[in-house]
Amino acid sequence: MENVETQQPVQAQEDDEQQHPIGVYLKVWILLFVLSFFSYMVDYFDFQGMLRWTLIITFMFLKAGFIVAVFMHMMWERMALITAILGPPLLLLFLIGFMISEGFYVFGTRVDYMGRPETAERNHVVHEEGAEEAH
Amino acid sequence: MSGDSLTLSQHGDTLVEDWVSDKETFHVPWGKVMMWIFLVSDTFIFSSFLVGYMNVRRTTTDPWPYPSEVFALELFGSNVPLILIAIMTFILITSSGTMALAVRYAHFKDKKKIFVLMCVTAAFGASFVGMQAFEWTKLISEGVRPWGNPWGAPQFGSVFFMVTGFHGLHVSCGVIYLLTVATKVLKGHYDVKGDYSIVEITGLYWHFVDLVWVFIFAFFYLW
Repeated sequence: MENVETQQPVQAQEDDEQQHPIGVYLKVWILLFVLSFFSYMVDYFDFQGMLRWTLIITFMFLKAGFIVAVFMHMMWERMALITAILGPPLLLLFLIGFMISEGFYVFGTRVDYMGRPETAERNHVVHEEGAEEAH
Repeated sequence: MSGDSLTLSQHGDTLVEDWVSDKETFHVPWGKVMMWIFLVSDTFIFSSFLVGYMNVRRTTTDPWPYPSEVFALELFGSNVPLILIAIMTFILITSSGTMALAVRYAHFKDKKKIFVLMCVTAAFGASFVGMQAFEWTKLISEGVRPWGNPWGAPQFGSVFFMVTGFHGLHVSCGVIYLLTVATKVLKGHYDVKGDYSIVEITGLYWHFVDLVWVFIFAFFYLW
């Protein structure tokens, strides 16, 4: 009985669904270019430390968010689909957390038992063509 | 009622309503649900790779090579950091834009425009893979191997080949997928049922490939 009422709007929504004005795609497209350019500039101007990480992560999540929300139409979907898609990957946060904690421990044991090599400073890269047998 | 005008509490209502109404839960074509399930599983695969990368990077006692120097190219007599990767990033975003337009024209069943835009998208994808092949060739000739490289932590090579290789495989499959669907669109295959949702589903896959690159670019190339 009540299905008649709930079914109607659903159909209407599916018909509407893809008629988003072209402008929103073009704006997001330009925005993605700008954000990518900014993240490249972070590297180009060689920002380091906390500033670098904050900028990289911010630009990354903004780009990912716009791609999923607009290009993949997530912002026009119903909640049942949104939660079914975005919910499960949240479990990955646990994996990341565990691996960070594990990583610190493994690094500590390696330093304790194997010693830290003298070359722990990062090396600058020298490009040599044909260095086939380097390793 | 269109989806974007719902308030949060209305969203909550539809969530409950869709799950308890004892009929299909997702009010989208089944192919779209299947593609999303595939993409969620793919998310876990790529996340495992990236978390693995985080772990080796966290635990290695050897210095990690500077990616921006490893991927520098000599242009006009000076080394430009990371330039090829930046170009590849822009190419992939451009292809995502053309794909989004193809999906839009799928709504109007405009076969020629869909075909052209999907072929353009595939061409950008193919050029992305070509640049990746160039990048691999360059690094291999400089002595980068999955078990070592001249600049520091040996894990650099294994992460590089595995992550970019798996992503490149996705792009290559995507190019084939795009060309297949584009050809079928042009031949009128989807007019039989008048159902063009396959274009949107292909688009989901393609945008996902772009999405994965966003994370690889941030964590592997910029970090």
